[in-house]
Amino acid sequence: MSSLPRRIIKETQRLMQEPVPGINAIPDENNARYFHVIVTGPNDSPFEGGVFKLELFLPEDYPMSAPKVRFITKIYHPNIDRLGRICLDVLKDKWSPALQIRTILLSIQALLSAPNPDDPLANDVAELWKVNEAEAIRNAREWTQKYAVED
Amino acid sequence: MNGADPADYSDEDHGDADRSPHRSCSGSPSPSINSMCTDSDEDTCTEIVLLEQESSPSNAEPEEDFKYEVLSVKQIVQHQWHVIDEVNSVLNLPPQITRCILNHYKWDKEKLFEEYFEISPEEFFQCAHLVNPFTLPPPHVSFGSSSSLDLVQDPQNMCGICCCLSDDLRGLACGHRFCAECWKHYLASKTFSEGLGHNIACPAEGCDIVVDYVSFLILADNSEVIARYQQLITNTFVECNPLLRWCPAPSCCCAIQVSSPEARPVRCKCGHQFCFGCGENWHEPASCCLLKQWLKKCREDSETSNWIAQNTKECPKCNVTIEKDGGCNHMVCKNPNCRYDFCWVCLGSWEPHGSSWYSCNRFDEEEAKKARLAQQLYRSTMARYLHYYNRYMNHMQSGRLEHNIYAQVQAKIKAMRETMTWFEVQFLEESVEVLCQCRVTLMYSYVFAYYLRNNNQKIIFEENQRDLESATEKISECLEREITALTFQTVRQKVLDLSHYCERRRTVLLCHVREGYEKDWWDFTADPATEPVIE
Repeated sequence: MSSLPRRIIKETQRLMQEPVPGINAIPDENNARYFHVIVTGPNDSPFEGGVFKLELFLPEDYPMSAPKVRFITKIYHPNIDRLGRICLDVLKDKWSPALQIRTILLSIQALLSAPNPDDPLANDVAELWKVNEAEAIRNAREWTQKYAVED
Repeated sequence: MNGADPADYSDEDHGDADRSPHRSCSGSPSPSINSMCTDSDEDTCTEIVLLEQESSPSNAEPEEDFKYEVLSVKQIVQHQWHVIDEVNSVLNLPPQITRCILNHYKWDKEKLFEEYFEISPEEFFQCAHLVNPFTLPPPHVSFGSSSSLDLVQDPQNMCGICCCLSDDLRGLACGHRFCAECWKHYLASKTFSEGLGHNIACPAEGCDIVVDYVSFLILADNSEVIARYQQLITNTFVECNPLLRWCPAPSCCCAIQVSSPEARPVRCKCGHQFCFGCGENWHEPASCCLLKQWLKKCREDSETSNWIAQNTKECPKCNVTIEKDGGCNHMVCKNPNCRYDFCWVCLGSWEPHGSSWYSCNRFDEEEAKKARLAQQLYRSTMARYLHYYNRYMNHMQSGRLEHNIYAQVQAKIKAMRETMTWFEVQFLEESVEVLCQCRVTLMYSYVFAYYLRNNNQKIIFEENQRDLESATEKISECLEREITALTFQTVRQKVLDLSHYCERRRTVLLCHVREGYEKDWWDFTADPATEPVIE
């Protein structure tokens, strides 16, 4: 662990000490660069009540390159595909080394509140979201109940 | 500081290491350009002509008023500084700032001046992602925006990237400061991983102020990174400049500078001849656009290119071939000269997609009908395509083989006789050259003809083509078969006559096509595969 950059240590500490409401990120026991993340569905969104598991990995050249984040829990969202990959500008060309795990997870949470079918990753979902938003939201609720709510 | 020792950079670097980054804007330019520092483009060219006198283009084609020069990387870099000096005679800014501004305007001086006099200085610098150098430097700003970082309790001297304390935080005019190590990593990662040169922004979140030349050299502090950076910015300069084009020959790192950007044959110092308009081998009578379509079509027929067809598309604006590597359908062309935002699905501009991207993906019955019709047509047009393709390929292959005729004939005669006179050698050499040129012209004449709709001029063209073809075959046969040591003297005259005739037929064909381009005789079809053709 001695080789772990100070930046990662500091971020991890802060994540543990001052967790963001609705977001829980815990580093893996064996790999301090791998985080088990839980994001709760924001209120007033079709994902409300859901608990979404994500994985987050800090690549070797982090923070020069963005963390790799993926949804593990299935989710019906126009910007998240079947493999859980996320279409989010701050994870791609808008990444800046001054951004943090915390900010990225907040952005993802915000994405759940405000799906953006104009910049779609899952085309079929985005399509429905455009044409029939009510039905799309119904689907998203169903999926949330089915996959993201633990009994 | 600069590790920019000229000795570090070979010509291959495309770098501008030979100019000190610290030269002041009002400092004296290098002597070679001192005396001719003027504003017009033509004068820039004359200057280069003077710099590069040893390269004198020799062209088989009639070149009239079209002039060009071969530039080494060093000369390109000098030229680049010269443009900066020129602009600075008006703007009077630090050269590295002027460089950023020029780069923002894709090195279009006219456009730059137009905007400079039209919009407010504030807006002008903002557009170029620079801090207005006439305003006072901002106070120290903590890295990142407060909303994202929330690190109020962090000390002022903590680097926002590595979270280490440092007494040596550095930054650009925007005031965001980071430690030296982080800057080094950041710039190395931008240049090597992302291939960015001129467009590297400050690492702070949401800050779009660009790293200027001098700051880069100081902050990168690594000769390899700087060399790569110089390569990238020189490359951008050449690619943005419509009067410059890199020689496409492998491992050649010269560029051609022309007086006007036209599709004309140019020959590099390395010997490679190509079309300035598109960079392909010189392809008269086919135009650049036809040739590009044709080559794409030919490639599509090969196995490996199925992948390309399936996985890539051309940028609808600059035609660069783009691979989609995941993510959404909002594509941004990475060509520094283009940066077009378009939709992968419909290839339309991205802009209207904000409101209704989906319409581009809607199943359209009309479209489907068209597609089915096109498929039927495909079979009939395939035969037509193969007609042209086979002849095209045939001339290409014959041309390759005939490059050896000269050696073969020489060998034949040597077998019988000890030496050939210079006179004999000369005519053979010339005839083979004519033959090879005819092959090339014939080859591309089939590309031209493939996209041509029928009309009277096409009939004339095809007659010219037929004449040239039969003349070419005759000389080819004569050179290959009839020359032996015994018949040499008699055949010589025949070869000479044929060679002259071929040259004449070739000129006739090319002139007719040129005249047709001028007078708009040619009726091209965008893609013969989608329209029925009655031959």
